[in-house]
Amino acid sequence: MNEIIESVKDLSIGFNSQKGKQISILRNVSTNIKKGETVGIVGESGSGKSTLALAMMGYIKQGLFPLKGECLFKSEDLLKMSSRQLEKIRGRKIAMIPQNAGQALTPNLKIGYQIDEALKLHTELNKTERDKKISELLNKVRLPSPETMAFRYPHELSGGQQQRVAVAMALAGKPDLLLLDEPTTGLDVTTQAHVLELLRFIAKDTGTSMIYVSHDLGAIAQVSDRIVVMYAGEIVLEGPARKILKEPIHPYTYGLLKSIPKLSLAGLPASMPGSQPQPGSINEGCSFYDRCNLATDNCKKNSPDLEHIKELDTNVRCFNYKELINKNNNLQTSITKKSNNSEANEVLNLKDVSISYAKQKFFDQLLNKISDQNPTVKDINIDIKKGETIALVGESGSGKSTILKSIAGLLKTKDGQIKFENDRILSSDLKMRNPNDLRAIQLIFQNPDESLNPNHTVEQILSQPLKLYFNLSGEELKKNIIDLLKKVRLGEFYMSRYPRQLSGGEKQRVAVARAFAAKPDIILCDEVTSALDVSVQAAVLNLLQQLKEDLGTTYVFVSHDLAVVRAISDRVAVLYQGRLCEIGPSQNVYKFPSHPYTEVLLGAVLEPDPDIKPKLVAEDIVEEKPPEKGCSFQGRCPRKIGDICNSEVPPWQIGENGNAIRCHINIEELASLQQ
Amino acid sequence: MLLLILKRIGLGLITLFIVSLITFVGVEVLPGDACTTYLEREAYGAALDTCIKRLGLDVPAYERYLDWASNVVRGDFGYSLSGEMPINEVLGPRVKNSLVLASVSILIGIPLAIVLGIITALWRDKLPDIMISTITIFSMTIPEFISATLLILIVAIWLGWLPGIVIIPSDATFYELLSNIILPVVAISMIMTAHMARMVRSSVIQVMASDYVQMAILKGVPYWKMVFRHVLPNALLPAINVVALTIAWLLGGVVVTEVVFNYPGLGRLVIESISNRDLPVVQALAIILASIYVGINLIADLMTLMLNPRLKSLQIRK
Repeated sequence: MNEIIESVKDLSIGFNSQKGKQISILRNVSTNIKKGETVGIVGESGSGKSTLALAMMGYIKQGLFPLKGECLFKSEDLLKMSSRQLEKIRGRKIAMIPQNAGQALTPNLKIGYQIDEALKLHTELNKTERDKKISELLNKVRLPSPETMAFRYPHELSGGQQQRVAVAMALAGKPDLLLLDEPTTGLDVTTQAHVLELLRFIAKDTGTSMIYVSHDLGAIAQVSDRIVVMYAGEIVLEGPARKILKEPIHPYTYGLLKSIPKLSLAGLPASMPGSQPQPGSINEGCSFYDRCNLATDNCKKNSPDLEHIKELDTNVRCFNYKELINKNNNLQTSITKKSNNSEANEVLNLKDVSISYAKQKFFDQLLNKISDQNPTVKDINIDIKKGETIALVGESGSGKSTILKSIAGLLKTKDGQIKFENDRILSSDLKMRNPNDLRAIQLIFQNPDESLNPNHTVEQILSQPLKLYFNLSGEELKKNIIDLLKKVRLGEFYMSRYPRQLSGGEKQRVAVARAFAAKPDIILCDEVTSALDVSVQAAVLNLLQQLKEDLGTTYVFVSHDLAVVRAISDRVAVLYQGRLCEIGPSQNVYKFPSHPYTEVLLGAVLEPDPDIKPKLVAEDIVEEKPPEKGCSFQGRCPRKIGDICNSEVPPWQIGENGNAIRCHINIEELASLQQ
Repeated sequence: MLLLILKRIGLGLITLFIVSLITFVGVEVLPGDACTTYLEREAYGAALDTCIKRLGLDVPAYERYLDWASNVVRGDFGYSLSGEMPINEVLGPRVKNSLVLASVSILIGIPLAIVLGIITALWRDKLPDIMISTITIFSMTIPEFISATLLILIVAIWLGWLPGIVIIPSDATFYELLSNIILPVVAISMIMTAHMARMVRSSVIQVMASDYVQMAILKGVPYWKMVFRHVLPNALLPAINVVALTIAWLLGGVVVTEVVFNYPGLGRLVIESISNRDLPVVQALAIILASIYVGINLIADLMTLMLNPRLKSLQIRK
C-alpha cells in the first residue's frame, strides 16, 4: 500500500508571454501517488489542476513548457522521455479518462475499434481474444448489450454511455494509474452518481491508483482517499480526504467549503470576496492574500511554504492556519434570506401550457397551427407570485429551459396561455408583444461569454436597454450606468472594459446589471451560475437575492443543481420530460414524501462530505421523448405500481406540507415508503 | 437513403429547368434577335423574312421554348448561327479539350494540395510550413493572366522548351494534346493547389487541436497511426465540397488561362459565342455548365453523407 508509483518533484510549468517574460501557471508542485490510492486534485478553473494531471502523463499542452522539476513514474522522468518511450507508458501504465467523452472519442471510428486499438497497442491478445475482451470491458462498465454496442459510433450513445466507453478504453491496457480529468462534469446528476459509483467499484476491484481532478468537491468527496487543493498554480492544502473536508485548515479551502450550497441547509452559502489571480499577476507574498480574512502584513510580503503538520497528517501553505483548527462547526452555516410575502399578487400565470418542437407540416404551417400529439412540454400550470423566486429543476431534456423561452416569447406555445399581471394574456409571439411587456420580462443566460457582445464595452452593453426602454442619453445615461454597476458591486472604471477583460464572475454581474437596467418585473434566470466557479457562484447567488429584496423583482430560476435551487428559491417545480411531477414551497419539496422522481434526484446529489453517500434508486436510462400516455416517469420509476402508470396520467395530490405531487401512489403511502 | 438521392436529383432537375428558363427569357428580352445580329446590315426585307422563317422565329416564344427544351432533353441543342453547323459538333471537341485540361489539373493539383496541406499543418510554424506557406500565399495572390504570361515568357520564349500557345487540330489525340497542355496545367494548378492546400492546412490544424486527438495521444497511439486513423478522415471531410466546387470550376472552363494560351476549351467558347451573338450556343453552354455544377455538387454531398457517420445515421433515423 505504501509503494509510491508516481512522484512529482518541484514541478513548475509555464509559458512565454508576448513581452518575453516567463509566466508560470504551475509553481513548485510536489506530491506522491501511492499504489491503490485515489487522490483528488481540486481547484477552481485556472488553478493549474488539469495542467498538473496532464504533466503526470508526460503531456504538456502546446504553448506550455516545463520550467523545472520532474514527474517520476516508477523512478523514470516522464518529462524527459522520447515520444516513442511515452507511447509505451500511455494507455498501458497510465491511462486517461477525459472530461468530455463526447468530444474525446474520435467521431468517425466505431466504439469497438477504439477499444480494440488500445488492446492492440497494449496487450498481446489475438483477434478472437480481443473481440471477447471488448465485450468483457463493455460489460464491466455496465453498458447494455455489449455485443452490438461495439458496432456503434460515439454520437449514437448518450453522454453517460460515452463516458462509460471512455472508462472501458482506459481499462483496456490494465494501467497501474488512472487519470480522471473532470470525468463527470457535464453529465446529469443521476448519471454522474452512477458513473462515480462505477469508478469507485473499479478502483476497488482492480486495485488501480487513481488521480481524480475536479472542481466539484461533492464528486471528490465520494472517491478520494487523499485530497490536494490547488490555488493559483500552487498546492495550498494536502491531506486525508476526511480531514480536508471536515476540518479544513487553509482559509481558501475553508471558504470554498462554506460557499458550496448544501441540500440540508436552507439559505444562501457564504461567499468569498474577489477571484483567483491570473497567472503572471502574482507578485510577492501569499497568492490568496487579497481574498483572505486572516491575512496579516507578513502574508503580503512573504509567501508561506508548504508546512507539514504531523499530528494532522496534512500539508498546509498558510502562516495563520492555527486560527482555523477547531473552527469547523462554522462550515454548516448559511445566510438566512428574507422570504417573500405569500399574500402577494400573482404576477405571472401559466395555464395548460404545451410547447412542441415538432417540425410543422406544410398545411399546418398554412393554417398556423401545431399538430403534435406528444409535445415536448405539456400541461404546465404554474402561478407565480410577485417577489417570489420559483425554481424549475430537472435533468437535461426536462423542458425547463423550453418553458423559460416560451415565457420570454422566444418560442411559441402550442396550447395554453401565459397571463401577465391582472390576467392579461401575453402573446406567444414576440413580435406581437408591446414594448412595455418586453421590458417587464428580462432574461439572464447561462454563459456570459456568449451573451455579452465581445466588441462592446460594458458601457455600451448597459446603455442599450436604457436607451431602448427609457430613451436616456448624455449625463443621465451615464449616471444610470454607474448606478447599475454599483448595484452589482462593480466600480465605475468597469465602464470602458470589454467582456474579455473581465473574469467569469464579473461578466455574469454585467449580464445581471443588463437585465436590471430594464427595471423588469420578472427576471428569467437560465442556469445563471452553472458556468461559474463555486466561490463565484455563491457571490452571484447572494447578489441576486440582495437585488430581489431591494427591488421586489420576481425570479424564475432554472437549474439542474438541486443544492443551488435549495439555496435561492422560495418554491420549486420539479419537471421530468416536460411534465410537472411536483411543485411546492422549497423547504417542503426537499422533505419527504416526494414524487419518486424528486426522490431519485435528491438521492443522486453529491455532498462534499465523505459520510453522505448518494442513494441510487433508479437506472440512469436516457429517454429520448416523453411516453405517449400515462405517467411521464413510468420508464424509470423505482416505485412503479403497474399498468395504471402506463395508461393513466396520475392525479395531483396535496401533501400536508403543502407540496403537490402527481403520482398514482397515495401520498401517505409514499411517505411511509420513503421513511 | 435512396429516397434522399431521388429527392436531391429531383431538386437538381428543377434547378436546371429554372436555369434554362432564365437563359431563354434573357435571350428573348435582349434587343434584336438571332437574325438581326446574324444578318447585320442586311437585316431587312426578304432576307430577314427568310431567316426568321428558317429559324422558326415567327412562332410564339413559349412554343419555341417547349420545342427547344424537348430537343435538349433528347440531346439536340440545335444549330449554331456563326458556324452554321449543329451545336453538338461545335461543342464536342471543346468539351473533350476542357475535360483533358481539367482532369490533368485535378489529377496533379488535388493530391498535391492535400499532401502540402497536411505537411504544413503537421509541421506548423516550422521550416517546411514556412517555406510551403510562403509559396502558396505567393501563388494565390498573383493573378492567372500574369503568372500565365510569365510562364510563356520564361519557359516558351527564353528557354524554348515548350510551345507558348496551343495549336491543335480538333481531332488531336490525347497524347498530342498532352505536350501542349503542360503550361496551362501549371498555370491553373498554381492557384487551385494553393487555395486548397491552405484549406486542408487549417482543417488539419483544427482537428489536431481537438479533444479526441489529445485522447489518442494519451492512449499511446503512435504518431503516424494517429494522423491516418484519427486526424485525416475527420480533417478531409469538409474538403470534399471544396474539391467539388474546384472540379466544377475547372470543367466549366478556365476562361483567362484558355485565352492566354489560346486553348480551345469551353471557357473560350463562352467568350466567342457571346461576342458573336451566337445565342443558341450561349443557351446550350448555360445548360451544360449548370448541369456540371449541379451534378458534381450532388456527388460531393452524397460522398460526405456516406463518409460521415454522424450525417448517415441522422438520415437513416429520419
